[in-house]
Amino acid sequence: MMTNVLFTNARIIDPVALTDDIGAVLIRDGKIAEVFETMPEGVDATVIDCDGKCLAPGIIDVGVKVSEPGERHKESFRSAGQAAAAGGVTTIVTRPDTMVAIDTPETLEFVARRAALDAPVHVLPMAALTKKREGREMTEIGFLQDAGAVAFTDCDRVIADTKVFARALTYARSLDALVIGHVQEPGLSKGAAVTSGKFASLRGLPGVSPMAERMGLDRDISLIEMTNARYHVDQITTSRSLPALERAKRNGWHITAGVGVHHLTLNELDVADYRTFFKLKPPLRSEDDRIAVVQAVSDGLIDIICSMHTPQDEESKRLPFEEAASGAVGLETLLPATLRLYHADMITLPKLFRALSLNPAHLMGLTAGRMAVGAPADLILFDADAPFQLDRTQLLSKSKNTPFDGARLQGRVLGTWVDGTRVWGDD
Amino acid sequence: MTFRQQHLLGIEPLHPSEITTILDLADSYADQNRRNVRHEPILAGMTQINMFFENSTRTQASFELAGDRLGADVMNMAMQASSIKKGETLIDTALTLNAMHPDLLVVRHPHSGAVDLLSQKVNAAVLNAGDGRHEHPTQALLDALTIRRAKGRLHRLSIAICGDIAHSRVARSNIMLLGKMENRIRLIGPPTLMPSGIADFGVEVFEDMEEGLRDVDVVMMLRLQKERMDGGFIPSEREYFHRYGLDAEKLQFAKPDAIVMHPGPMNRGVEIDGNIADDINRSVIQTQVEMGVAVRMAAMDLLAQNLRAARKPDGVMV
Repeated sequence: MMTNVLFTNARIIDPVALTDDIGAVLIRDGKIAEVFETMPEGVDATVIDCDGKCLAPGIIDVGVKVSEPGERHKESFRSAGQAAAAGGVTTIVTRPDTMVAIDTPETLEFVARRAALDAPVHVLPMAALTKKREGREMTEIGFLQDAGAVAFTDCDRVIADTKVFARALTYARSLDALVIGHVQEPGLSKGAAVTSGKFASLRGLPGVSPMAERMGLDRDISLIEMTNARYHVDQITTSRSLPALERAKRNGWHITAGVGVHHLTLNELDVADYRTFFKLKPPLRSEDDRIAVVQAVSDGLIDIICSMHTPQDEESKRLPFEEAASGAVGLETLLPATLRLYHADMITLPKLFRALSLNPAHLMGLTAGRMAVGAPADLILFDADAPFQLDRTQLLSKSKNTPFDGARLQGRVLGTWVDGTRVWGDD
Repeated sequence: MTFRQQHLLGIEPLHPSEITTILDLADSYADQNRRNVRHEPILAGMTQINMFFENSTRTQASFELAGDRLGADVMNMAMQASSIKKGETLIDTALTLNAMHPDLLVVRHPHSGAVDLLSQKVNAAVLNAGDGRHEHPTQALLDALTIRRAKGRLHRLSIAICGDIAHSRVARSNIMLLGKMENRIRLIGPPTLMPSGIADFGVEVFEDMEEGLRDVDVVMMLRLQKERMDGGFIPSEREYFHRYGLDAEKLQFAKPDAIVMHPGPMNRGVEIDGNIADDINRSVIQTQVEMGVAVRMAAMDLLAQNLRAARKPDGVMV
């Protein structure tokens, strides 16, 4: 129900001004109508007393995998949408690495229709950059853009043929289309299950040097310089990549970068005795890398934090580590997990939401992601301190493959509003 | 005597006193085996299943003989020919087997961690007969017993492990075991066959074999897998033998009484000169095979004791 709502006594997280002060926010007709520094009186609205809890722009999660079409038993638009609402995610930007890949306007329209029917949050679909994500021929970038594709990516498959990638980037630039890449030197990382080093050797698992990420990044930066395309790196997870990224940004190339929540909060040792729920792509890194990447988010060098939500069923995880599928679900744990960084005094709340909401909105050309008058009323109310122990069976995602099962976390979403309509929490 | 393990999945979880316990018991089994003494049927009424998801002749035969000598009912399952070919997952295979109520499961699998995974799903005591590149604990134990019998001790020795360390579970288990027993460990091999992060293992690493062998008490050679010989990790078989193959010339850098070991099967002329392998004054390779049976008898004996203690009288796990 869309009415006027006045949030009072809210700790307003403003990722633009980088402030978090107590105030009030009025929403009207699905938009933010006014932001007050003191409590207003006589406003005609339903009042929600936030009791000092945090009110922030809803999270925009870039790179969510919903397993439709093809594997609806792992995740559907309904389950992903509900998980998103529960996790404070008001916009999901979906990946095209489904079975089949989303590489034609027809499949994209199917996804858009399913999403509109079933998901309580905004869904923005991405499309593949090459047909079947095979890295050989580019997709119909223009038609796909017309059908609503917000970005083009082959997800975790690196386009090894540089000529193919260069042409796709050049063509994408002519349409001002955003390309999202996975930086990893494909030869060096072939067959790897973990990051190379002492832990990999102790466990006898094939590892990849963290250098493979920088090699991939260096190549892609050269291609961006060549083509001047708009480019986003899905995940930067190692310290060695950071100087190259910094240099490319300083040179004025259209490059941004993201990082998954798991690489910000876990390290390679968490794999312990072959726990396959911790098998990710790229693999978890050293603690030094984790700290460097958190710092880069705080400094703004890494723009975006995402969940890299990747549903996998039990069968694909209950296998020997090398054979098990990669990826973890994250829509519902994105906020409490990132809040670990806030509670560890590694980053402030406004900077967290700069990476969770504002920057992804910029990247996708949305007016959401900020506490500004006229912006869509995509808001979340959360208690940053509320402690709980995660029980994976309670997740709303159809797949329960979270590395945080049994973990003690802080941060509960009390309410989620999409265009002014409450989609999570009780009034 | 202390031995608290429910399974023998690797050397890593073992306490040094547990290693000593196994070796002491294995020592007496070795003597009994030599004297052809009939063993007490300690494992009578127990079922031992050998599941080898990867080819093995020697290790499987050794485990079979060990179980046999202690009176167990031993069954071999050729896993490559059976259900995995039909698409059954490892866990389902484990559950199926578990329903047959085996007492001892001896497992070899090509993937690191697979034996660990399997052990979580069964009520039997699981012995790791080699998982991927991870561990091969009974091999390290039999090597340790061989060294202890030849050198009279298992501490403060200088031990060189040579060859393909990166892909070797034997090397990992040996590094772990010999380190726990406070020996000096030297790893010798080309850098392409060294695992990553090896400098953090508390070992010395040598690329030059003669330098690495200087004054060592034990020379442990590793097998070089055929598929790694050509171009990928080393330039060729002959260049490898020239630089890293153990011959009389290189061996003279070791102590005069240094022993030579090899887990088998050997590639004569690739990692070891045939004359060295057959030199009864230096090579203890046949003793290793002999100790293998004794160590596996000891390990199964100890695990069976713990298994009996953990079971209620009606045979159900507590």
